[in-house]
This record gives sequence, structure tokens and C-alpha cells, in this order.
Amino acid sequence: MATLEVRALKKDFPVREGVRRTLFPAVKGVDFELNAGSTVALVGQSGSGKSTVARMIAQLERPTGGEILLNGQPATFRRRGMREYRSQVQMVFQDPFASLNPFHTIAHHLERPLLRNGRVRGKAALRARVEELLERVNLTPADSFAERRPHELSGGQRQRVAIARALAPEPTVLIADEPVSMLDVSIRLGILHLLARLQREENLAVLYITHDLATARHFSDEILVMYQGEVVERGPADDVILRPTAEFTRRLANAAPEPARTERFRRAAARYASGGDGDGDGDGDGDGDGGAEPSGAPGAPDASGTSGTP
Amino acid sequence: MSSVLNDTMAAAEEGSIEEAAGPRRRRWREPKLLTGAGIVIVIVLFGLLGPLLTQDPYAVDNIGMTPPSGDHLLGTTQTGEDVLAQLAHGTRGSLLIGVMVGAMTLGLSAFFGILGAFVGGILDELFSLLTNIVLVIPGLPLMIVIGSYVEQKSIFLVAGVLALTGWAAGARVVRAQTLSLRDRDYVLATRVAGESTWRIICVEILPNLLPVLSSGFVFSIVFAILGEAGLAFIGIGASDSLTWGTMLADAQNGQALLLGGWWWFVAPGFLIAILGCGLALINFSIDEIINPKLRPARARKRSS
Repeated sequence: MATLEVRALKKDFPVREGVRRTLFPAVKGVDFELNAGSTVALVGQSGSGKSTVARMIAQLERPTGGEILLNGQPATFRRRGMREYRSQVQMVFQDPFASLNPFHTIAHHLERPLLRNGRVRGKAALRARVEELLERVNLTPADSFAERRPHELSGGQRQRVAIARALAPEPTVLIADEPVSMLDVSIRLGILHLLARLQREENLAVLYITHDLATARHFSDEILVMYQGEVVERGPADDVILRPTAEFTRRLANAAPEPARTERFRRAAARYASGGDGDGDGDGDGDGDGGAEPSGAPGAPDASGTSGTP
Repeated sequence: MSSVLNDTMAAAEEGSIEEAAGPRRRRWREPKLLTGAGIVIVIVLFGLLGPLLTQDPYAVDNIGMTPPSGDHLLGTTQTGEDVLAQLAHGTRGSLLIGVMVGAMTLGLSAFFGILGAFVGGILDELFSLLTNIVLVIPGLPLMIVIGSYVEQKSIFLVAGVLALTGWAAGARVVRAQTLSLRDRDYVLATRVAGESTWRIICVEILPNLLPVLSSGFVFSIVFAILGEAGLAFIGIGASDSLTWGTMLADAQNGQALLLGGWWWFVAPGFLIAILGCGLALINFSIDEIINPKLRPARARKRSS
């Protein structure tokens, strides 16, 4: 049985145009399953409804239609059922600079969910658990980080705290809504590897939302491509990237900048192969890449050697 | 090649690439804040201790209208009352009104501003409507109307009317700020963690509203003291206690200006002006703490 199952999930947002009220369908019926120990990536461009799906699963938005089943039980918005659901389903937000309260210490951010779920009793035990969580996300020395406030931390460190906070209630499902898109390119990979490691250790079901196909392919088992509120393509990660069937997926894959496809790269490679003898050719257009507009290009290519060269 | 890559990845995983943040800044060396707080503290001490050290402010003497001297440090009124004693009691009265109105205004504007903005929907519409209505109710005519019904206006009645007509502007500021805080990710994160609405408002949102609330509190004290002085001066202030406003009104009625008794009206006038100045300085420095862009360029360079 799937840990979390989403059936025909729909969300309409009311739009006010003067007196008239219309409904804007942000998500038009989405189905998928999240299973323990595996990652599903939800990719799509801005406004495709992927964040709305995440917010509905985290119960920050009420779905207009469809069902969310946690371990086969329908999710409820009533108080009692919600508490159990909340401790099972946690979320990491996109912007680490907005997701921590500037007024409170790091320890406060981690203590509250621990106390809320009643897993820890006593001050010493609480403190020990907070430091353990910080160590798990590689924020050491933990006792020094616990007493700091968010403004004393860098973006990557903040995102590690946000991940620790999501892990605090010992959830079974983790939703990561573009967890690295606001971070510096140099630390993105670290955060993604951390998430991957924690997923292995905790056997989490992860929903990884991104617009970066390269990391989606590398860090997930299954990819769902969303376009205008609908899933246009789904399948195992490599299949979706290497053999896209939907026109939109093909455009998205081509939009990612890939050095290997450019004319300049080929020339440079040829130069290295021939012994570094630059020939200064007269070929004018050096960097026209064969694909679509790079203006809509998602995140930067990462250094992990995963840029899906077909 | 791949080993280099693995090293960088390992380093990134450990977080050692990320730089540590700088030390925390200190804020209490601001001359504006120090000056303002100094002025306010001196006046508050005078209001608290002055009445204990001076004579009965209503004690009548047959030496009326004497200039400041050894016997009466600030001179006497037309009926021979000691101006210093009156000033001490007046300070106490004015500050009492200021603090009462400040507290009531704070409570009302926080209640209507935060709750409306946080809950949203129909409640927000209703609270906004109420705020906008109160915003345009003028305090002075309302006081005149009430004054014509109530014979003995106590200091509490005056404070109540000033608070009821003065909270709306603050509520709008608080509402705007709450609206922007309500949808911040850290508030959403506490909802995902399962915190109750009440706790989210009190523990997550309220502390971040403190600068706005405290600047509103200070502003409403100034508003209340000036408002009370205005009401008293035209004869519809509190009739049971001494304030700076009633002193000015008495000086006006006793024709202090005509008889050359400057000490009678200069003293309360000076205190009103200087307290307003002190509170305004405190308010400016609160504003600078909220919004560092307001800080002078030199100070900004030093602190960054």
C-alpha cells in the first residue's frame, strides 16, 4: 500500500474581476502515489500548479476535489485527524530566508514540533534531541547552532535547519518544495545529498518539487511533468528525460543548458584532442545551442555529471 | 577528476563551504534613543515623586501672582496657589492619561488589527469597516457632545473617549503588517507542524509586530497628552484632576498673559513640548530599528 496516495486532486482559485467572479483551475485532477523509500519528482514551469499540489498535501490549502489518502486513510481537515496527519507529513519550503522566524532561536524552531507531538519529555531529553537533529543535518557544533537566531546563519545553514525541523516529528512523508532553488549553486548539491541520505536512513516517501530536470533525474525514481495543472508525462526518471513523449517535456529538456551540445564546446574539445593548438576559425556564431530558448531554462547545471546528455 | 568532485561534494555536505554569519550588532548606543529616554525618565520621575515633595496644589494664599522666588520656586497663581505643586500634580495627571490611553489604544488596535488580518474573510471585512468608521469620528466634537451630558467628567472618561477615537490609525498599520506576516513561510511552517491558531498569533506573529506596536504605543501617548491639553484648554477636560491642560486653561482664565504672569503658563507648556520631543525621539529610533534605511549614512556604514 502506498504511504501517501493522491486521487484526482483538484484546486480552483476564485478570481475577482470587478464584480464578476470566475474560477481559475490551478490543478486539474492529479493522481500519484508516494512510497516509502522512493522519491517522486514533480517538475514543471512556474505556474504549472506543482506548488499548489504540495500545499494541498501539506494541508495548507483545501482541495476543491479529489482525495488525499495517508496509509489508506482519507486526510481530514478536522482537528483530531489533522494532528496525526501533520506529524506524518512534513514540508521543506522554498525560501530559507522566509521559513524561519527571525525572532526565535534555532532551538525554538526544533523544540516546538518535538513537544507538539509529545515524543519527548523533560528539558534535558528535549535539548539532547534538538542537538541530535542538528547533527543529523551536519550543523556542528550543535550546541552553538541551537542558541543562534536565523539571521546569523547562511542560506544553506538555514535550509538545513528547515530540514531538521521537518524531520523532528519523525514523519513518513516529506514534501520538498524547490528546496534548493533559492540557494547558491555551490551549496545546492550538498543540500540535495543531505536530503537523499536522510531519505535512505528514515525510509521516507519524498515528493521533490523542482523545475530543474537534471537534479530531478539524479535524485528521484519517478518523474511527473506538470503543465497547466495537469500531469502531461510520467514514468521512471531516465525514461522521462531520455525518451520524452509529450511535446512539453521535450521542450523542457531541451531548454536546459548543456555544454556538450554547443558549437563552442565541440570546438574546445577538438582543440584539446589535437594538442591545444587553437586555430581561431572564422566561424561566427559560436554558441548557438540546438535547443529551445534558454530564457525559460531552469536551474543551473550541476557538477555531478548528471546533465542528461541524450 | 571524479575524486575532486567527490571531495567538493563531501565538503558541501558537511556545510564547511558556507560562511559563518557575523556577530550580533548592538543598538543601544543611539543618541536619539538616549536623549529621548532621558527626557522621558526625568519627567516621569517628576510626576511620580514631585507630588510627595511639594505642598498642597490647591492651598490658597493671599500673595497672588508672585514671580518665582525662594518661597515659591515657580511663583504662584492668581489665587496664590504654588505653581510648582500644581505642575507636579499636573504632570502626574497628564502622564496617567497618556499611559491609560496608550494602553487602551494598544489593546484595541492590536485586537482589531491582528485578529481581522489573521482570520481574514468576513471578520476582516467587518473589522476593517469598523476601523474605517472610527478613523473618521472626530474626538473633539464627540467630547463636546459627551461633555454636555456628563456633569463631572473624570480623568477616566476623558481617557476613554481619547482611546476610543484614537485607536483606528494604529489598527490599520497593525493589520497591514499582520497581512504581510501571515503568509510568510515561517508561519506556514508552524501550521504544518500543527500549532494552534492562538499559539501562532501569540508566539510567532506577535513578537514580529513588537516594533510596530511599541511605536504605536509611544505615538498614542503623545496624541493623548496633546489631546487632553486641547480639551482642557477649551474647558471640556477632566474636571476632577490637575493636568497640564487644566493648568493652561486656568492660566488663560486667570488672565496670566495680561497680568504678566508668564511662569504660570510657560511651565506646563514647556513640559508638554519637551515630553512630546522626548517621545518623538524614542519613536524615531524605534522606526530606525524597524527600517534601517532611515538610519543616517554614517551610522549605517559604521554598523555594517
